[in-house]
Amino acid sequence: MLELILLSVAKVMGIVMVFVMAVAALLTWIERKQSALIQNRVGPNRASVAGLRLGGIFHLAADAVKMLTKEDFDPETDNPLMFRLAPFLAVVPVMLLFAVIPFGPGEHFLISNVGVGALFILAVSSLGVYGSTIGAWASNNNFAMLGSIRTTAQMISYEVSMGLNLVGIFMIYESVNLQDIVIEQGSLIWGWLPAWGIVLQPLAFILFMTASIAETKRAPFDLPEGESEIVGYFVEFSSMRFGLLALSEFIGIVAVGATAAVLFLGGWQIPWVQGTGGWLTVAQVGAMILKTLFVVWLQMAIRWTLPRFRYDQLMRLGWQYLLPLSLLNIFITGVVLMFVEQGRI
Amino acid sequence: MEQVIFWILAIGTVASSVAVIVPPMGRNPVHGALSLVVAFFFLAGLYVMLVAHLVAVLQVLIYAGAIVVLFLFVIMLLNIQSEDLGHPRPTISKLIGVIAVGFVSIVLIGFILKDKGMAEPPVGLPSDSTFGTVKTVGNLLYTSYIVPFELTSILLLVAVIGAVIMAKRRL
Repeated sequence: MLELILLSVAKVMGIVMVFVMAVAALLTWIERKQSALIQNRVGPNRASVAGLRLGGIFHLAADAVKMLTKEDFDPETDNPLMFRLAPFLAVVPVMLLFAVIPFGPGEHFLISNVGVGALFILAVSSLGVYGSTIGAWASNNNFAMLGSIRTTAQMISYEVSMGLNLVGIFMIYESVNLQDIVIEQGSLIWGWLPAWGIVLQPLAFILFMTASIAETKRAPFDLPEGESEIVGYFVEFSSMRFGLLALSEFIGIVAVGATAAVLFLGGWQIPWVQGTGGWLTVAQVGAMILKTLFVVWLQMAIRWTLPRFRYDQLMRLGWQYLLPLSLLNIFITGVVLMFVEQGRI
Repeated sequence: MEQVIFWILAIGTVASSVAVIVPPMGRNPVHGALSLVVAFFFLAGLYVMLVAHLVAVLQVLIYAGAIVVLFLFVIMLLNIQSEDLGHPRPTISKLIGVIAVGFVSIVLIGFILKDKGMAEPPVGLPSDSTFGTVKTVGNLLYTSYIVPFELTSILLLVAVIGAVIMAKRRL
C-alpha cells in the first residue's frame, strides 16, 4: 500500500510538476518571444542574470516574482469565497487531465490506467469552464460578466464537436483506453504506413485541433478574453490569482498537445520501430514529449498567424460547420470500417 | 477501507444535495447550482465504487460539465438578487411536497429494513471483469435494450424540436 502511494506520488511529481509545469512556465516566455519574432520585434530582453540575457528567458523568474509579490486586490463583491476559489477551479481540471495520459510504454509513465481514459479527458476538460464562469460572476464586474457569458457559450458549443471527433478514433482502435489506443497505433497499414490517428482520421485531427483551441480560449477564438474590447473574465484578478488563471491556460495548451499526440500522433510510438524496453523506452518517452511539444508549437503558431473571429462567426463555425463535419466523419468512418470488415478494402 | 470511502461519498452526496435547496447555500441560486455539481461528483464516486466507470465519467461529462453549466448560464443571465426571492413562506404546495417526501422515505426505509433488494438481476449482465466497460454497456444497449434506447432517442429528438420551436416562434 505504502509503496503504491509513494510510486503514484513520484509519477505525479515527475509528470505534472517536472514536465508539465516546466513547459507551461516556458510557454509564458515563448509566447512573447515567438510573437515578437513573428511580428519583427525584439520581444522580452530586459531581465538578465550576471549580464547574461539568453533572449530574455529570465523573464520567467521575473514574472513569477512579480506575480507572487504584488497586492492581492479584492473587488467589492458578495462572494469573496467564490472569487478566491475560482483560480483553483480553473487550474485543477487542466492538471487532472495528465492523470490518464500515457507518456511511455508500460505502467511507469502513466499515473493511472483508467479504462475510460479518453472519456475522462473529455469529462475533466468540460469542468474547466467553472473557473472562469464563477470567477467572473464573483468579481461583480460587467466586463468580466460579458467574458464569462462568452466563455460558457463557446465552451459548451465546442465541447460537443470535440467529443464527436474522438468517436472516429474509438471506432477504429476499438477502445477508449488511451494506452490501448497508443499500442494500436503502433501497427502498420500495408506494411509501411503507421496506423496513426492523423493518417486514418485526418479530418478529425483538424476538427479536434480547432475545437481544442476554442476550448482553451486561445486566438483565433479568444473572444472571452478580447483584450481590446472587454479585457476578459479575469479583469478583477490580480497577482498570483491572475497568475493561476493564466497558468491554467498554458497548462491547457500542454494538455491539448499531449491529448492530440496520444490520440492522433501515435503517442509514444516511434514509427517503424516495434517493441519496448531499455533505451528504446527512453527514446519512446522522448518521442512522446517531442510530439507534445510539436502540437504546442502548432497552437502557438496558429495564435500569431490567424486573425480572430467575430462572435457570431465563432458560433456559426461551431454549430454549422464543425458539428455537421464531425457527424459526417463518424458516418464515413463507419462505412469504411464496414467495408474493411467485409474484406472489400 | 471500502466502507470508509462509501460512507464519505454517501454522506457527501446527501449533504451536498440538501445544500442545493436549504439555506445558507440554497438562498443563492448560483451557490445552489454549485452544490449540485458537488453532489454529482460524490455520485460519480459512488458509481466508481460500483465498478460502473463509464456511468461515472458520463455523470461528470454530461451533468457536471454541460447541464449545470447551462443552469449557471441562465441563473447568471437572470441575475437574481436575494431581495427578489423574498422571504420563504409556507405554502400548500410546500406542505404537499413535505408529505410526499416523507411518504417516499418511509417506503424506502421500509424496503431497506426488510432487505428485499432486487427481486432478480436484469437480463444479460456479465459478472466477470468486462462488467461496466464501454464495450459491454454498448453491446447491451444496442442488443437487449435497443427498444428503450431508441425510445429515449425519440424523446430527446422531440425535446430538441420543441426547443427549436420555442426559440424561433417566427421561422
